[in-house]
Amino acid sequence: MTNAQPTPIPTPPNGKPKIGGMARKEERSFYLFILPWIIGFLLFDAGAIIASFGISFTNWSALSAPAYVGTLNYSRLIADQVFYKAMGNSLYYGLGSVGLGTIVSFLLALLLNQNVWGMSLFRTIFYLPSVVSGIAVAILWIMILHQDFGLINSFLAWFGIKGPGWLVQPQWAMPSLILMSLWSAGGSMVIYLAGLQSVPTHLYEAAEIDGADTFQKFWTVTVPMMSPVILYNLIVGFIASIQGFVTVYVMTNGGPANATLVYGLYIYRTAFINFQMGYASALAWVLLVVIILITVVQFIVARYWVYYEGDLKS
Amino acid sequence: MQTPVVYHKRQLGIRGRAIATTVITYVLLLGLSISFVLPFLWMVSTSLKLSQDVFTYPPSFFPNSFEWTNYPKGWRVLPFNTFLVNSLIVTLSNVAGNVLSCSLVAFGFARLQGRGRNFLFLLLLATLMIPREVTIIPRFLMFSAAGLTNTLWPLVLPAWFGYAFFIFLLRQFFMGIPIDLDHSARIDGANNWQILTQIILPLSQPALASVAIFAFIGNWSNLLDPLIYLRSTELYTLALGLNLFRGQNFTQFNLLMAVSIITLIPVLLMFFFSQKLFVQGVSLTGMGGR
Repeated sequence: MTNAQPTPIPTPPNGKPKIGGMARKEERSFYLFILPWIIGFLLFDAGAIIASFGISFTNWSALSAPAYVGTLNYSRLIADQVFYKAMGNSLYYGLGSVGLGTIVSFLLALLLNQNVWGMSLFRTIFYLPSVVSGIAVAILWIMILHQDFGLINSFLAWFGIKGPGWLVQPQWAMPSLILMSLWSAGGSMVIYLAGLQSVPTHLYEAAEIDGADTFQKFWTVTVPMMSPVILYNLIVGFIASIQGFVTVYVMTNGGPANATLVYGLYIYRTAFINFQMGYASALAWVLLVVIILITVVQFIVARYWVYYEGDLKS
Repeated sequence: MQTPVVYHKRQLGIRGRAIATTVITYVLLLGLSISFVLPFLWMVSTSLKLSQDVFTYPPSFFPNSFEWTNYPKGWRVLPFNTFLVNSLIVTLSNVAGNVLSCSLVAFGFARLQGRGRNFLFLLLLATLMIPREVTIIPRFLMFSAAGLTNTLWPLVLPAWFGYAFFIFLLRQFFMGIPIDLDHSARIDGANNWQILTQIILPLSQPALASVAIFAFIGNWSNLLDPLIYLRSTELYTLALGLNLFRGQNFTQFNLLMAVSIITLIPVLLMFFFSQKLFVQGVSLTGMGGR
């Protein structure tokens, strides 16, 4: 209060007139340096989202001029059975692959975190499949999951089990894709492993002094300390898996009987096979809203299970 | 008298349990490793089989003969050399565009002050959550209006405007470089551009390499954009060419696998020569690539 108003180093850099000029100059440089991203953001992100919203109120084949149709696309969507099927399939795939993927990658990370001999070799083996992706891997898995000549069914045949037609039977098609996604669990495993290695050992020592056994240490130290990383992986993994499209496009193209018609594939077909840009944009906007809702729910639920250490730097 | 005996017993128990834990760990690790590696071996084995041996029941894991000619044979079914050149053009320009634009933007966010910086940074991170499906239609219509569909431009241009994940990765790395270096350079009269190119970037080679590798792998295997934008076969990338091959020769799994393996080679090489950078990139951001 009694201190003179113009203190030498105020927290806001543009608080003093003399620094103000320099700060303005720096601000100009700041905007100059981030300009590429700002242009890209306005053009490819913000602009695209707004445009997409506008297009969703039109009937547009991309060849002729768009025609304004009001909320027709949205009322069509509400009555569209395939829309519900595709949304359900994507949620099924998202929950299945992210749920199981989290468990598998966390277990792999726990195994590798035990200072085992050859750790870097094992890490390479588990990580590699997540690096190779795309159509080559999809073709490989068509072969692996082949009903008669595939790797999995010949393995099952050793035990006298006749394996199902993984990709051709509606009830097995989606579980097959989820199983295949586990092959890439190594990507999040590396993240968990880095997290596990940064848990301070004194917490485990303290738990040991209190008489905690391995399981208690796991539930009272490891899981709480890792929970922010797990939350992050759940959110990002779910967003990524709900958009997953290429694998399905190559392996089943939505079949059999729409059992694997995921949302991304439905949008792709609507927009780029049937050229219904308006309806496809409406579908895309619903997806955006659903993703935002799910993320918000995840954050709300996270309050009950995610532990943030006081002033831990992120 | 009693106490040391009990203590001794208990210690043995602990050691026994520790050995059991180690054994179980290794059994699990070996079993899982085999199941993670088998698909790759199966891929190589299939690529070396004769056509008629691919579909035998029960399938044999080892090829009866090693048909190395499957590789050149498969490669010649379609103009894969052209596809390879297209893939290289697209992928390398994406790498260059991403490294350059993301370095600039990351430097701005890491080192320069400006009103709205924190807000803009949050906005940047939020773009990671936008589903591709929402932006892909307007992007297509935009490139279509510009007359750029059925060219490689739509696959190449966006990379020059930064990508949030790479910007984040580089910014995290830049922030770990002592700011005193900037200050002393500034006293010597260096401007921002010189600080970036002569101090920050030379010190950030691991992070830049991570970005280059992630950009390479992401674009190399990208199928969606080529699928949407490219119509003429002579513009196809390897991923799209492989898709065409799959559609035409669906039963020739040996040739399909051979060409698939060829397309994976650059990714595999890159992975084996730079595994440390991958892990660094992951631990720096807590994110795993695209």
